[in-house]
Amino acid sequence: MLQEESDLSLVIAQIVQKLKGSNLYAQLERQAWASLQRPEIKLQSLKEDIKEFFKISGWEKKLQNAVYSELSVFPLPSHPAAPPEHLKEPLVYMRKAQGSWEKRILKSLNSMCTELSIPLARKRPVGEQKELLNKWNEMGTDEPDLSLFRPVYAPKDFLEVLINLRNPNYENGDSLSFRTHLGLIQVPLKVKDIPELKEFFVELGLTTGQLGIDDSTQVPPELFENEHVRIGQKVLAEQDSAAAQQYIRQGSPTALRAELWALILNISSQPEDILYYEQLKTNVIQHDLLVDSLIYKDVKLTASNDDYYFVFEDYLYQVLLCFSRDTSVLGHFAYNSASPPKSYIRGKLGLEEYAVFYPPNGVIPFHGFSMYVAPLCFLYHEPSKLYQIFREMYVRFFFRLHSISSHPSGIVSLCLLFETLLQTYLPQLFYHLREIGAQPAGSCCVCFPSSEPDGGDITGRS
Amino acid sequence: MSRPKNQNYKGHGLSKGKEREQRASIRFKTTLMNTLMDVLRHRPGWVEVKDEGEWDFYWCDVSWLRENFDHTYMDEHVRISHFRNHYELTRKNYMVKNLKRFRKQLEREAGKLEAAKCDFFPKTFEMPCEYHLFVEEFRKNPGITWIMKPVARSQGKGIFLFRRLKDIMDWRKGTAGKKLTSLEAPPARSTVNPSGSHDARSSDDQKDEIPVENYVAQRYIENPYLIGGRKFDLRVYVLVMSYIPLRAWLYRDGFARFSNTRFTLSSIDDQYVHLTNVAVQKTSPDYHPKKGCKWMLQRFRQYLASKHGPEAVETLFSDMDNIFVKSLQSVQKVIISDKHCFELYGYDILIDQTLKPWLLEVNASPSLTASSQEDYELKTCLLEDTLHVVDMEARLTGREKRVGGFDLMWNDGPVSREEGPPDLSGMGNFVANTHLGCVNDRNNQLRQLFRSLQNQKKVSS
Repeated sequence: MLQEESDLSLVIAQIVQKLKGSNLYAQLERQAWASLQRPEIKLQSLKEDIKEFFKISGWEKKLQNAVYSELSVFPLPSHPAAPPEHLKEPLVYMRKAQGSWEKRILKSLNSMCTELSIPLARKRPVGEQKELLNKWNEMGTDEPDLSLFRPVYAPKDFLEVLINLRNPNYENGDSLSFRTHLGLIQVPLKVKDIPELKEFFVELGLTTGQLGIDDSTQVPPELFENEHVRIGQKVLAEQDSAAAQQYIRQGSPTALRAELWALILNISSQPEDILYYEQLKTNVIQHDLLVDSLIYKDVKLTASNDDYYFVFEDYLYQVLLCFSRDTSVLGHFAYNSASPPKSYIRGKLGLEEYAVFYPPNGVIPFHGFSMYVAPLCFLYHEPSKLYQIFREMYVRFFFRLHSISSHPSGIVSLCLLFETLLQTYLPQLFYHLREIGAQPAGSCCVCFPSSEPDGGDITGRS
Repeated sequence: MSRPKNQNYKGHGLSKGKEREQRASIRFKTTLMNTLMDVLRHRPGWVEVKDEGEWDFYWCDVSWLRENFDHTYMDEHVRISHFRNHYELTRKNYMVKNLKRFRKQLEREAGKLEAAKCDFFPKTFEMPCEYHLFVEEFRKNPGITWIMKPVARSQGKGIFLFRRLKDIMDWRKGTAGKKLTSLEAPPARSTVNPSGSHDARSSDDQKDEIPVENYVAQRYIENPYLIGGRKFDLRVYVLVMSYIPLRAWLYRDGFARFSNTRFTLSSIDDQYVHLTNVAVQKTSPDYHPKKGCKWMLQRFRQYLASKHGPEAVETLFSDMDNIFVKSLQSVQKVIISDKHCFELYGYDILIDQTLKPWLLEVNASPSLTASSQEDYELKTCLLEDTLHVVDMEARLTGREKRVGGFDLMWNDGPVSREEGPPDLSGMGNFVANTHLGCVNDRNNQLRQLFRSLQNQKKVSS
């Protein structure tokens, strides 16, 4: 009991600490001061009256949403003596694997940089700045020469690293035993089986209504759809993040999806958010980064060639170029097994005072990165809102798809889960895929797109 | 069987009487070497005939029709894929005339509100005969953009935009205007029959040396709905089985065709921006073959629903239904409704920023060549279902409201989604039997349909 209580107070302290620096805190303070004018606030019962006022005016709900947001993102602290690396990734061998993967990526980036004699960053001349500003809404019309650029890595390179992950405490001898994993992923992480998944995803059960199934043209809308839509509208009216997340487990009506997702992620386009985006845009205009070319190349190769996403090409540049420069993203590395790459000012290699994170947000784009943004373009049409949603999605979820960790929602666990389920419940199919050598395609390539990158990968093979 | 009229022919064919007999094999003919050929060849019991062989089914092109239809005798069961004078609907200048006439009639009979439902066609003037009327309208609206289109060409050829009268003066001096000596000369008029229809051939004959190409000047829609900064139009398929009575089917699938470049009014010379035909886009320097340039209608409908909500989308789609029905009604009395004929039209619709749909044109021979795998599948299914509705195999009862991806939209009156007779009062509960851009589970539906038809046959035999 005591342990739980002290854990809880630790969490509360952390959240309070986090929120104190936020804009919401300043707003609440202002509101509290302003409320003193109101007749219902009495000096004797000041605290209760202000609390009541917050409740009625909806500010309490906003605070709840902010707390909920923090809880969703921040993992619970483990042992008080645990070092910060454990928050990123508790298993040593995973940390090591991630570390060496990062070294490879950085090496690849630096060598490309040296080969092409292009600086990692440079200030744009005024003429170029003006030109870019004019073209900001249609950067897709640009056709820069990107033939010399290679993607820093492609999903298949990453897949290879995952396949070669080994737990050094496990004896992975040549002899097959019942412990040997037959699939690609060879690490013994715990994954859920079907009964556990059924419990975890209880809302997907047969007896619960689901949009996408129970609203097909044959089913009369009175049975489920109408009521579900009505509840959705109510949830939006209440502006309750937690309720929205619970509601959406049964599917989201198409018309409400954009707002619901924004509510769950606790994103409301405040003037300061728009201002922040504009600031990032200014950074893009003023400075050119090497990763910008990687982003261009990626968009041209993937999203622009896609039948459904090609329309949103311009939006993708507007989001990804700003994303690269957003230092607030660095915050997520506290709970991401990855670490931001460091670069040094020219001539000062190794001197920590001259180290900077590169790119500023610490995320090096790889081949296919723009596809994280593309589907969101269907929902959000205003660049700063689209940006916020994407950034939040990235620092909460997407980062787990391309970093090596033992987290149950990380890519390693997801692949292992998929393979284990396939092996357990469809063994003949699994065996067949192995026999025909379709392993990368059959079992794991669900997560790894098969589109070919133009040019070589980091191993030098094309 | 079909054969040239002047041959020695003894009596009628075997297929007399009300029962449509089941034929052992159906002889088809077509000159199109694309998706259609694949579909026809794969249809069980259908045999291709070439050259002069006799056929039961001919998917012809319009030039053959013009030259041979009138001399060809067709048995009762024979089907051909065009109506003799389809150009009343598909040639821009005729369509405008028919629509204007229909609108006037509607205003007389049902009032202004009903007539306003015909206002889905941008103001159009036939050139050169309506030049003066055009100039009057032009002067009333200074600064707006107009588009000049040749009446009979397709694939975006010969189209240009203009804002000043000077621009078309130059054009007139250039190509099409060679025939006209001056503006004051009496404009060339095609002969108009009492019924209001046009005789295309005689208007061709009127031109002596150089065939003068007729154009229409149309008000350009300057506020098109944009997605990702790009302009697009919709291609929708409507199958007409007869005009008298009017029976029309609407296909659930279709697509939105995007312009490759971002829309701006400042570059009216850039035809790539404004014209969304795939044929034109293919020649744009920006065009990459891998890019589809097309969205399936389901995706488009979903996109709109997530942006504007389901009610706005319902209104838009029912406005489109209105376009299809009214355009067909406007030529109903004019088209020669031969029972052998059916026609698959490709409607081009443009949506503006107020979510109002506009009719750009109707195509009697929509392209059946596939531009991508997805497109191939769409067109294959479209053609298969067309053949199901035409029903050479005499399987249908004639009371079906849905066949595969086709929904019966108009059956001498509006068709309701609910069972039972159509609700013509137009009050509340009537929901039209159209599902454009909705789920197309045609395989399931066809399976159920044909199974139940087989069962019915077993019972009755």
